[in-house]
Amino acid sequence: MEYEIVIGLEVHTELATASKIFCGCTTKFGGEPNTHVCEVCSGMPGVLPVLNKQVVEFAIRTGLATNCSITRYNKFDRKNYFYPDLPKAYQISQLYLPICREGFVQISGKQVRIHEIHMEEDAGKLIHDPYDDVTLVDYNRCGVPLLEIVSEPDLCSAEEAIEYLEKLRAILQYTGVSDCKMQEGSFRADVNLSVRPVGQEELGTRTEMKNMNSFKAIARAIECESKRQIAVIEAGGRIIQETRRWDDNKGKSFAMRTKEDAHDYKYFPEPDLPPISISESDIDRVRAALPELPDAKKARYIKEYGLPEYDTEIITRSVELTRLFEEASARCSSPKDTANWIMTELLRLMSDAGVLPEDLAFDFASLGKVIALVSSGKINRGTGKKVFAKVFAENVDPESYIREHNLALVTDTAAIRAELEQVVAANEKSVAEYRGGKEQAFQYLIGQGMRALRGKAPANVVGELLHEIVGC
Amino acid sequence: MDLLTLSALELSAKIHAGETTVREALDAAYRAIELEEPRIHAFVSLCKEDAYAKAQAVQERLDAGEELSPLAGVPIAVKDNICTKGVRTTCGSRMLEGFVPTYNAHVVDLLESAGLVILGKTNMDEFAMGSTTETSALADTRNPVDPERVPGGSSGGSAAAVAAGEVRLALGSDTGGSIRQPSAFCGVTGLKPTYGSVSRYGLVAYASSLDQIGPIGKNAADCAALYAILRGKDQRDATSMPAYDAEQNAPYIAEHMNAVHCSKTPDEFVSAVKDYSLAGKKIGIPREFFGEGLQEDVAARVREAAAALESLGAQIEEFDLPVAKYAVPAYYIIACAEACSNLSRYDGIKYGYSSPDAEDLRSVYINSRSQGFGMEVKRRIMLGNFVLSSGYYDSYYKKALQVKRLVQDALTAAFERYDMVLGPVYPTTALRRGEGLSDPLKLYLGDIYTVMVNLAGLPALSLPCGADADGLPVGLQLIGKPFGEGELLGAGNKLQITINN
Repeated sequence: MEYEIVIGLEVHTELATASKIFCGCTTKFGGEPNTHVCEVCSGMPGVLPVLNKQVVEFAIRTGLATNCSITRYNKFDRKNYFYPDLPKAYQISQLYLPICREGFVQISGKQVRIHEIHMEEDAGKLIHDPYDDVTLVDYNRCGVPLLEIVSEPDLCSAEEAIEYLEKLRAILQYTGVSDCKMQEGSFRADVNLSVRPVGQEELGTRTEMKNMNSFKAIARAIECESKRQIAVIEAGGRIIQETRRWDDNKGKSFAMRTKEDAHDYKYFPEPDLPPISISESDIDRVRAALPELPDAKKARYIKEYGLPEYDTEIITRSVELTRLFEEASARCSSPKDTANWIMTELLRLMSDAGVLPEDLAFDFASLGKVIALVSSGKINRGTGKKVFAKVFAENVDPESYIREHNLALVTDTAAIRAELEQVVAANEKSVAEYRGGKEQAFQYLIGQGMRALRGKAPANVVGELLHEIVGC
Repeated sequence: MDLLTLSALELSAKIHAGETTVREALDAAYRAIELEEPRIHAFVSLCKEDAYAKAQAVQERLDAGEELSPLAGVPIAVKDNICTKGVRTTCGSRMLEGFVPTYNAHVVDLLESAGLVILGKTNMDEFAMGSTTETSALADTRNPVDPERVPGGSSGGSAAAVAAGEVRLALGSDTGGSIRQPSAFCGVTGLKPTYGSVSRYGLVAYASSLDQIGPIGKNAADCAALYAILRGKDQRDATSMPAYDAEQNAPYIAEHMNAVHCSKTPDEFVSAVKDYSLAGKKIGIPREFFGEGLQEDVAARVREAAAALESLGAQIEEFDLPVAKYAVPAYYIIACAEACSNLSRYDGIKYGYSSPDAEDLRSVYINSRSQGFGMEVKRRIMLGNFVLSSGYYDSYYKKALQVKRLVQDALTAAFERYDMVLGPVYPTTALRRGEGLSDPLKLYLGDIYTVMVNLAGLPALSLPCGADADGLPVGLQLIGKPFGEGELLGAGNKLQITINN
């Protein structure tokens, strides 16, 4: 029997606000454990939350960028459960009236519907110490603002799921609401997956998969879980509704808890926070300030710069790459060259060094400088690549680097000619052979000339001058 | 000079005039405490060292000519669910017996900057759950009028301390009557302010949507001065509201309020309260407030008080408030639901009681909570969990919220016609010790006159209006419009002057 896979994704993204959602503590990643905490985020008796308005603005921005309707009157609810990483024993979240509803994200060939986006606070982190066999709690992350973005079950393969996630991540980065660093946990996705025989309308029983910390792991988890479910059904078994934990090292998932022992979160409206009223003009203000989003940018790059669709696809996937592209091409006035350098040199350097776009640490204009130096003939392409590698690794300034290392091409023709005349004089045999019709001998002379000039003269200039000197 | 017979305003006036000092006032209070405590047990902690240091600082500020408040220099007691930095805050519970907050509640900061001196923390029903102060795990507070009677609760320690003359002023908190009922039992004056008019930051939460901090004192004028210091917007409490911010309250003031509420400083507020006239004011009495279960002489005293108000120029009228009978069940559902969530944080991990005989995480939770909480708290946590459970939410919690709305609507409608609503505080005078614990349901039903006020978020004043046949105080309750504290205190002040004469 043929099966189809049905996937819905729940994405948690940490917002790039300076302070936490309900107190003034910093949201900075890292830091000594339990140093980014106060009475409020550590849930001491008697404290009260006060909503960080930036969180609401970021949520609206995200909602508008994903075509959601904004809930004018929305409010927070309490989700109650005991866990040591949750010092109040409840998470302030939104259940009944989430801030954004019913949107979509466009991927190739389909719209993936967004069921809702809601605001909530992150919990702390448990760190197991295997030596002392104790579990320690770090509350630094408690109260970092999160958006939970819940899709409808509109995806049907790992490829589609990854495309959706990449698109969503790009939108979040473009709008500046999150840095989406998966390795720091600021972009996490849970996968809800079920399978059903092709043609069946009713959805199969789903499982929820957690603990994937890269796109690759998500793709592997989807492949693995769909195969597992199909195998269970083929063997005459039934899928149990449960939460499963993905182990990327083992390449398989393990059951965490079933529906029966799922929490009853006993949601109720949060009494400590007044409802949030959002006016039409609030929404208009956020909409007006919305930056250009991936699809619009892509279309503009194609139309304005004549870039190939493939290139725009790659570049617009990351807001950092579009910033690099725009800054560098403004500097060298050559968008096509810039795109080429990004597609070849930069992506190679990034993949060799294992660097992600959001971790690029050089002055983006420097790429434009390198391109301009090559196209103006100040340096040759080979030198350009070497200089850019230095820019990439150490953020050197290309112009001063070239100056300091004496890498500029010699442009004084008289000086080049003088060097070449000596080469010709020293290689009479080759000159004679060339004059006798042996093309290879001329190539040898060019090689000798370049060597004498230590590679710093343009090859075409060397050729022309040699022709003049040799006289044919 | 016997400092103990003075009102708080009079005492501060004498301190301001240099006729006595902050230190002498504090000495007198601690002497009274030493004398009364063996009999009353109103306090769970005294903070003498800190109090004397603060008293010294207040004296210096006054001597330097700094204007503090009309209550500067007055010693005050604070209910033990209001966080005091460096002074343990137990909530009357074994769970928090050793808990020392690292921060002050907003009201504590306000008291300090107004020059009041906190001399100790008062006993209370555990986590403010109860109406006798008998659920406290820390002390057995007695009613100063008759030590065989309870002081009421949950702010029983605060009311008893004021009634026994240990202090002139105390802070209480009121979720379903916890300021008003002990004030009535002990024969003192207590104000439950409008929800949002006093910051809850640092008040250990029982039921967040109902809790309010308020003053308990010897008389309405003292309570007015203290309330004027406490009220106002606090950036750390999103549900708090500006006291007299013209912009925020303008439409409402225009429609409903008199000048009392708008007076800015505590001095201005107190004089506006004293100038308040009852002439032409309409006071409504719900017929349902005089139904079955009401002690006869309580009914009689309350009616006499109504007559006294009439003689001061008010018009009294009875009206029907049929929704009253649903208020108690709705209250207990909402309060318990919020309480079970608010009290979940006491898990034995970070602070408070942690069971010594726990082996794993689960047993840390279970043993710490089983051993740390008392019966009444556990009962309400269980009730709260039940009404919020999936499958029951709609039939209990949601329905209770609908009743809350009906209560609000009914009282809003009543205030279209009346300036105030009058009734008893509690069906009986002070209960005998042990009497309430034996029948919790009966005790819950006793909250019939007080919980409506919390459901509707309204202000209400409890003030003494005579005694029953046993000489036990009877409390009168005046309920006001939102932010109508000034009117209630004004009416209460006039009535007290009349009664005293």
